[in-house]
Parts: sequence; C-alpha cells; structure tokens
Amino acid sequence: MIPRFDRVERVAHWTTAALFGVLMLTGAVLYAGPFSAMFGRRELFRQVHVYAGILLPLPVLLGAAGRWGAQLRSDAGRINRWTRDDARWFRRRNRARPGRVDVGKFNAGQKLNASFFAGAVVVMLATGLMLRWPNPFSNDLRTGATFVHDWFAFGIWMAVLGHIYFAIRDPVALGGMTRGTVTPYWARTERPAWYREMTGEQSERLEGRTPR
Amino acid sequence: MDGTPVGRRVFLGLLGVGAAGIVLGSNVQRWLEREVGPYLAKDGTGLSGLLPIGRFRIYSVAGSMPHRGHDEYRLHVSGLVDQPLTLTYRDIRAMTPTGLTRDFQCVTGWRVFAVKWKGVRLADVLDRAGVQAGAKALRFKSFDGTYTESLTLKQARRQDVLVAYELEGEELSDAHGGPVRLYIAPMYGYKSIKWLDRIEVTDAVVPGYWEERGYDVDAWVGRSNNRDDNAP
Repeated sequence: MIPRFDRVERVAHWTTAALFGVLMLTGAVLYAGPFSAMFGRRELFRQVHVYAGILLPLPVLLGAAGRWGAQLRSDAGRINRWTRDDARWFRRRNRARPGRVDVGKFNAGQKLNASFFAGAVVVMLATGLMLRWPNPFSNDLRTGATFVHDWFAFGIWMAVLGHIYFAIRDPVALGGMTRGTVTPYWARTERPAWYREMTGEQSERLEGRTPR
Repeated sequence: MDGTPVGRRVFLGLLGVGAAGIVLGSNVQRWLEREVGPYLAKDGTGLSGLLPIGRFRIYSVAGSMPHRGHDEYRLHVSGLVDQPLTLTYRDIRAMTPTGLTRDFQCVTGWRVFAVKWKGVRLADVLDRAGVQAGAKALRFKSFDGTYTESLTLKQARRQDVLVAYELEGEELSDAHGGPVRLYIAPMYGYKSIKWLDRIEVTDAVVPGYWEERGYDVDAWVGRSNNRDDNAP
C-alpha cells in the first residue's frame, strides 16, 4: 500500500467535513422556510451555525501550522500549481484511458475543488460575520453580504454533493482519506506521476497526446 | 515548484467575486427581482421559492410553527386602558382597513422590495380601548409563547403602523405570522411581531426578545443598530 494522506491531513479533513455538515444543515434550517417552520428554535440554530462557522477554518490552519503540518503544506503547494497535464485532464474525453494524462498526486478536478473550498470558506466567513455583527455596515452592504452568503451557499451545496459523489464512485481514492493509503495499482493507473515519485520506479513517462 | 499558481488565482478570484457581491449585491438583487421575479412567481413547483430572490425568510424563535385558526383567534388589549378588549378576527376585519406598500428590511440584510400589506391602524385599536393618562409604551406578546416586542406610544400612533392581516392580497399564512401580526413600516423586521396575541399598555418600554439580545429598541430602518443614514 502507498501512503497518501497522513494522520494530520485526515483529522483536518474530517473535522472540517463535520463542521461543513453542521453548517449546511443548520444553514438550511435558517434559510429555507419549510425547514425553519418545521424546527423553529431560531436562536439555537443561529448560535450553532455561528460557532461552527467561526471554528470552520481552524482544523486546516492548525493542521498546517507547526512541524506536524509539513505534508499538509506540501499538498497545498501541489494543489496550487497547475501544469499542462492539468489542462489536458480537463480536455480529455475518455476517462477509461487515464494513462494519457500524466496526473500527479492530485488531478485537476481535485485542485479546482480544493481551491474553490478555500476561497468559499473565506467568503462565507467574512459575509457570515457581517450578518452576525451587522452594526458597522450600511443596509446596502448588509443586503450585499446576504446576497453573497446565499449564492455561495448554493455553490457549496453543489460542490459538496459533487465531492461526495466522486468519492463514492472511487472507493480506493476515498480509502486514501479514511485509512490513509491507496493500492499501488490505483496509484499507477490514476496518478502515474505521483506513483513514480513515491516508488522511485522509473516507468516510462506516460506521454500525453492531447486528445482531440 | 513548477507550474502556474492557478489554485491561488481561483482562491483570490473567489474573494474578488465575494467582495464585488457585497458591494453590488443589493443592486443585483433589485435587478434580479425585477427581471427574474415575475417568472419565478409563475413556477408551480414551489422549488423556486428556495432561490434567494424576492423571498421572505421565515424566522421563528419558538419550538414549532404557531397556528391559530380565524375562529379561535383573539387579540387581547390590556394594561393602562379604559376598557380592556378581546377582539376576534372578524372584529378586526370589520374596522376601517388601511393598505401599505413598502420594502421589508431585515436587520441582518435581506430585503423584499415593495411588499403589499393590509390591516388596521394600531392607533385605531388603541383608540377603541382608550389609552389612559400616564401610559407611555406598548408591550406585544406573540402566541408562539416566546416572542415579545415593544413600541413607545408615540411610535405606535404613526400612520404606517398596522395590525396586519393580509400580505400581497392574501390572508396571512402561519409562516408569515397569521392570522394577525404587527407591521411597523419604518422599522426593521424584528419589530413587526408575528402571531400577535396581546397588546399591553404600560408606563415604560420593556425591551423585546431580540432587544434583550443586543438589538436596538428604536429600530428605525437606516437610523438604528449603529446606522445614521436614511432609510431606503
């Protein structure tokens, strides 16, 4: 088995996921009339939503801080950097022949997903704080913050559902985030460049002809 | 490291979109409600009601959605009055109606443009009970069992303060505070108590539910909760 995510990364991921779950569900109760009506207790849901929101960035920030965060920081760097292969990955039509694209530890979809969540969390936190403590802001800015918080929430619901869908479709990849390891076969076929890096195997680079 | 920092660009791009949305959001919202709102109103599935366009958010602080039918509904007026009242829904309907069309502004930011209300003036209800000398304020209670609100007598006598029973030409639903609620046009939404049960005339203002939790008692739109610009 090949190690993929270390303990710090996995704890950070699942703590963040749990907070996301709490925020999405309490958010739905606060936002959607039928749920608000069903559950009531607005003050309680509001408190839980606000505290979960404030805690949201902490797992990843704490995970990335200090000596224990080396791999998380390194993976964040990988997610940031895009190569020609990432552009190829988006253009390719045939998923059955992943070898055409020399994918590293993360494919372009995962990179986009992670970057989206990083940005969305900051935007939600900023607008959320404006809604919770609106006093310094004009009515127009409050309306604007509500507008942004609402539409980003829709985007986040889509992204989370998509994220879970892809994880369920690829149990080995999911295992990388639960047990922390993946099979060599998966690594070699799905993440060839990363496989070479991890095993030192000098298998020939899977040259990517750009699919037309 | 090789490669282009696309991840950072996506991240910063989202922050840019977010910031632009905060600044321009109220204009975009207004545009959406004018251009898209009419189509959503025709959607029969009700799914579009989930989109943040032209919609009220239903705030309830109690454990469940209160319900009271027209026949069992009573509005109690008590305290410093000559004659305590118990009005039925029919009694209220029989009084001179007043219509108002105003924006509904929540203190947290959402706004519904040009909402049509109908009801009777709170001032008329007070006159019917006869307010005694020495009375200074009103305390409202909701039949949700939790929510309370307040107004000074002077505020309550304004022409744009209604005991409302219709919203957009329809009888108030449970979610919107029916069968009878308050609508205080010049103030933030939290002042317009839903599921109105009781009006007590008092000699001093008693802060309401959200006011005990930090909101201003005098909740003029645009001139309270730390704002001093003019109402929209």
